[in-house]
Formats: sequence, C-alpha cells, structure tokens
Amino acid sequence: MRFLKGFGRFWYDFIVGDDWKIAAAVVAALALTLGVVLAGLPATGAALAGGVLLLLFFVVSVVIDVRR
Amino acid sequence: MTGATWGLVASTFAASFVEFVEALTIVLAMGVTRGWRSALTGTVAALVALTAFTAAAGYALSSWLPESLLQLVVGTLLLIFGLQWLRKAVLRSSGLKAMHDEEEEFASQTAAARQAARRSRFGVDTFAFVVAFKGVFLEGVEVVFVVITFGLSAGNMPAAVGGAASAGVLVLLAGLILHRPLAAIPENALKYGVGLLLASFGAYWAVEGLGVFTESGESLEWPGGDWAILALLACWLLISRVLIGFLPRLKPEVAR
Repeated sequence: MRFLKGFGRFWYDFIVGDDWKIAAAVVAALALTLGVVLAGLPATGAALAGGVLLLLFFVVSVVIDVRR
Repeated sequence: MTGATWGLVASTFAASFVEFVEALTIVLAMGVTRGWRSALTGTVAALVALTAFTAAAGYALSSWLPESLLQLVVGTLLLIFGLQWLRKAVLRSSGLKAMHDEEEEFASQTAAARQAARRSRFGVDTFAFVVAFKGVFLEGVEVVFVVITFGLSAGNMPAAVGGAASAGVLVLLAGLILHRPLAAIPENALKYGVGLLLASFGAYWAVEGLGVFTESGESLEWPGGDWAILALLACWLLISRVLIGFLPRLKPEVAR
C-alpha cells in the first residue's frame, strides 16, 4: 500500500508538478478544442481555436495564482 | 549539419542541461551529507530504471500508439512541463517569486539530509538512495520526453539524443571537477527559453493529436504546417512579456 501511494505520488509530482492549475488549464483547453473539432469546424480552424484557448487558459491560471 | 539540425541539438541540449543541473544538485547534496556510496548507488539504480523505462516507453509508443495519439499524449505532457516552467519564469521575472538558486537548493537539500534519521539496508543509507534515485529518475524522464518530442517532430532522433547526451556529459564533468552545485549557470533564463520551446512544441503536437478522436483518426493540420510552431513561439513570448509587465499591478505590495 505504501509503495502504491509512493508510486502515485511520484507520477502526480511528475505530471502535475507544484501548480495543479496549469495541468487543469491544459486539460480544459484541449477538452474545449476537442468539442470544437467534434462540432465539425474545419481542422485548421479548430487548431487555431486550440492555440488561442491554450494561451487564454494559461493567462487565467497565472492570474488566479497571483491574485490568491 | 543543417541549421535545423543545429537548432534541434541546441534545443535538446538546453532543455536537458537544466534537468541535469537539477539532478546533479540533489546527488551532490546527498553525497556530501550522507555518503557518496549511497548517493551514487541511487544514481546508478535510477539510470538503470530510466533505461528500462525508455526502452519500454519507446517500444510501446512506436508499436502500439497511432501517430495522432502519440502526439496528443507527448504533446500534452510537454505542454504541462513547458507551461510550469513558463509560469515560474514569468513570476520570477515580475518579482513575484524568488529567483531559483542552486546554492539555496543545495543548502535546503543538505539541511534536510542532515536531519533525516539514518537507516541502512545492505550497507546503503536508505534516505540518500531514495532521494538520489527519485531526483535522477524524475529529471531523467523529463529529458526522455523532450528528446522523443524534439527528435520525432524534426525527424532526427540521433541529433536529439546527441544534444541531450552532450549536456549530460558536460554537467557530469563539471560536477566531477567542481564538486559543488553549478550556481553560475543562468538557470532562470535557460528555463524561460526552454519553457517557451516546450510550450510551443507541446501546443502544436497536443492540438494536432486531437485528430485521433475524429472519424479518420488523422492528425489535425495547423495552418502553415510546421511554421505554426514559430507563430506559437512568438505568441507564448508575447503573452509572457505582457504578463511580466501586468502581474505586479495585481499584487503591488509584493512587487515593491
């Protein structure tokens, strides 16, 4: 059990790091972009939307971090 | 070598260099305070585990995953790593976070190592072994992902591996000669640059990889193809400069 906990902790530290909001921002932006893709927007338009969403969500996560 | 290959080598070199410097600081701290035998045993064990991980991950990635899913998985990881570095670089440059200092990191690691209880197994100090193992493995896995992404996206894996390997050798030699953390390295500037690169490549790949969920399963196409990476780089640079100027106004009492 201790090993499993340590193993899980290791991968959490590795992937999420010390600010979970960044990982959440990336996942949320990609999920929204997927929604745009599945809604039928042309691939290039969806890619552009993905780029903009990633930039936007990063800014929001950093601003939340600073305002706390 | 072409300019693109040099660029690839320089990118993997810079990204790996920062990771290796961090791993070296941890191993040095354990070696100095708890003994070199345990620190080096932990390092060697981590390198063996890393080799096995790389072989298994490389095999799984190249034989089981369709290209678009590989782009999504590796791109998302790179994006998270890159944006974590970019966040720290932005906060440090805007005065909202203390600059990273390898000397300070070394001091805190050695202080923790001195306070930890001494427990031995097979003549190896468990604390030093675990800390050295975790540090080297964690930083090493990041290097593996960086090499895979840059190597695959540029279609030149040997150059990417060469860049990372030369960074590893250089840091190792410096550590052997100096026997102290590499504090003179402009680590914050390096991390800022590498964060921008990782965020750009990560965004490019992760968004392309979303094509795995479409009927065709093919990667999405960015307008302008590979040139979109440069556009993304410019956008991340611009947004980070804007944040550096704007964030202190949100928390003026800290910035002063």
